[in-house]
Amino acid sequence: MKTIALLSFAAAALGAPRGTTEPLAAKLSVVATTPDLASLAKAIGGDAVDVKALAKPTEDSHFVDAKPSHIVTLNRADVLIEGGAELELGWLPPLLESARNSRIAAGAPGRVVASHGIKMLEIPETFDRSKGDVHALGNPHFMIDPLNAKIIAADIADHLAQVDPKSADVFKANLQAFNTALDAKLAEWQKQLAPYRGAKIVTYHKDFVYLAERFGLVVVETLEPKPGIAPSPAHLAKVITTMRAEKARVILVQPYQNRRTAETVARQTDAVVLDVSQQPGAIKGTDTYLDLMDHLVQTLVNALQGDK
Amino acid sequence: MSSTILLAVTLASGPLDAQQIRAREQPAADSLGTFVRHSSLGSDSLLRRETPSRETVGRANATTLTSQQSPQGTPPRSGMYMNIGFSGLMDAGWSSTADVQSLQRGDHDPAVRGFTVPNEEITLDGAVDPYFKGFVDIVYKIDPEGESALELEEAYILTTSLPANLQLKAGQFYTEFGRQNQQHPHAWVFVDQPLVLNRMFGPDGMRGQGARLSWLAPTSWYTEAMVTVQNSLGETMYSFRSEESSEIHGGIPAEREVRGGGDMVVVPRLATSFDLTPTQTLLLGVSGAFGPNNSGASNRTSVYGADLYWRWKSATAGQGFPFFSLQSEVLYRRYGAAEREAIDQATVTLPRETIGDRGAYTQVLWGIRPRIVAGLRAEVASGNTTSFDSELRADRTRISPNFTLYPSEFSKVRLQYNYDDRKGIGRDHSIWLQFEFILGAHAAHRF
Repeated sequence: MKTIALLSFAAAALGAPRGTTEPLAAKLSVVATTPDLASLAKAIGGDAVDVKALAKPTEDSHFVDAKPSHIVTLNRADVLIEGGAELELGWLPPLLESARNSRIAAGAPGRVVASHGIKMLEIPETFDRSKGDVHALGNPHFMIDPLNAKIIAADIADHLAQVDPKSADVFKANLQAFNTALDAKLAEWQKQLAPYRGAKIVTYHKDFVYLAERFGLVVVETLEPKPGIAPSPAHLAKVITTMRAEKARVILVQPYQNRRTAETVARQTDAVVLDVSQQPGAIKGTDTYLDLMDHLVQTLVNALQGDK
Repeated sequence: MSSTILLAVTLASGPLDAQQIRAREQPAADSLGTFVRHSSLGSDSLLRRETPSRETVGRANATTLTSQQSPQGTPPRSGMYMNIGFSGLMDAGWSSTADVQSLQRGDHDPAVRGFTVPNEEITLDGAVDPYFKGFVDIVYKIDPEGESALELEEAYILTTSLPANLQLKAGQFYTEFGRQNQQHPHAWVFVDQPLVLNRMFGPDGMRGQGARLSWLAPTSWYTEAMVTVQNSLGETMYSFRSEESSEIHGGIPAEREVRGGGDMVVVPRLATSFDLTPTQTLLLGVSGAFGPNNSGASNRTSVYGADLYWRWKSATAGQGFPFFSLQSEVLYRRYGAAEREAIDQATVTLPRETIGDRGAYTQVLWGIRPRIVAGLRAEVASGNTTSFDSELRADRTRISPNFTLYPSEFSKVRLQYNYDDRKGIGRDHSIWLQFEFILGAHAAHRF
């Protein structure tokens, strides 16, 4: 009898491998791996969702601690939005394994993989780690292109509507409002940056490639010789030579990157170090994605203006 | 109980038709695909990326073996459903004692003056289907005598969608007792196994065939309760019915068949964690292991343990640095020994007695700046007085400072000094250099 009970228990469990898609609470619990994705989720979900980001805005999103509180957060989530393209490879898989939440299993409506709709840049020709920790699917820092943010926002709206059909209209309206605001801002940013097409910039990691592509800037060097490999004196000497030759006078640094290295290079090249971020909330007054992009564009314009 | 559920799960999965499973497989393999794309096909001389169209990039397979490309240009898919990783450890060093093996008793420790290749590990993992994940870990090693040995460290399935926050693990796996016993040598932060774990669980740690049921409590903070049931026989059941257990009780091991459920080893564990601040996390656990031993026909062993892990990581951490962590484990074993014949003196009978052992280690790690970590470990181990003498139960302390450099995420160089003090034997000094390299999938780090 006990065995029969167990059998039916197991059969019931197997019969519903995806679990229920019914939300747990009145508001959908949406978890984003990074604050930029969380900002889009807030814009689209509005009052119908509660949004949490796992990574801190100031930390390197490749290296987030897989701490147990994240397991609890993921266990309760109705929707998970991840960057994908291996951004969270080092910490999300074990969290998901422990979270045992079929609502956010791969392929479930509650799982959004942001990279899926994106035209990826820098997809390697060969897989070879002697070239550094290159991501096989391409550069995962794509949110910094506003047009990519639009694609992802639409994807999020689509998934939210699948998980919570009764709020579908709200999500649709919020998406439209977001797109309208972003289109207006994008026109503004393009106008502001138009005079600096072809301007040369330097970054610490290969993390502003999509921004450069969108606004016609040229990343002439990165302080890291190869992705994930620490700057060596020999490489920095080469960077300095290139910066002098190319007249690149702007170095973009995020809060978790080594500012002192950038300062050393800047001193020898008459360049300025710009404190910027890809994550809303890292810099004061940049709580939303649009604020963040605003800050980034203004910072760039001010620096490039001074340089002219 | 756990094994009954396992059986039920296996039976119930039978009637599903293959097509249904295949249809569900694709989405489930998705996150896995991410792993695979990254790593498992990483030999550039063999592999070329396909035409970089949006479609191929978006799908699981952006690479293919050029020589095996089908006429349609569709890459072969076998292997895409599994992550393959390899981790190789190599040690070199010297010790003040020529009998290094008496000092370095772990199976994956550097154990000779000169070079040791103690752990070459292949890991395979992936989604089996929508219901299970599978994990396999096979270790090839060269022992101190220079002989090769192969070990099936782990091979288990893990359920992905049981109701009520339950999760079942079944197969061959490391017993979920404390912190370090669950970790593979490649994840260790010192070159050798802690003394107390060696004494309680033997040179290869405690692992075996069985099942584990875990429950994630519906509390607002992390609390997980789990219970493991494993066979009590085998060399990796050191404190239970292992042939090696003479090292603990000094007698001839009693051989017998399994008589009932009481002959299984039962290991309950409770773990809980709090974020003290946004940058500090504390993880606490208590574990027990209860089962029969082979000093006599019906004698039992109990092992109790408590573990603590505290970690601070900077809010502006780059590549995970800087950080500071403290890890500590305390264990106590009560070994109920029967009246038994001494293994080394045929005419001597050892009396019925309780053999008590205890020990602890504390280790701190400081991630100074990206890819540079300094560590310090302090250990004690001791045993009560019994009717026989064993250096393996004598008082011992060890202090180990070390320094680790990670040229990248896929390699590490570690230098460690051990100061050993064994009661009745004396003091020893050892210095070990360890190198590790990783190919293919790099297992993500658990907290």
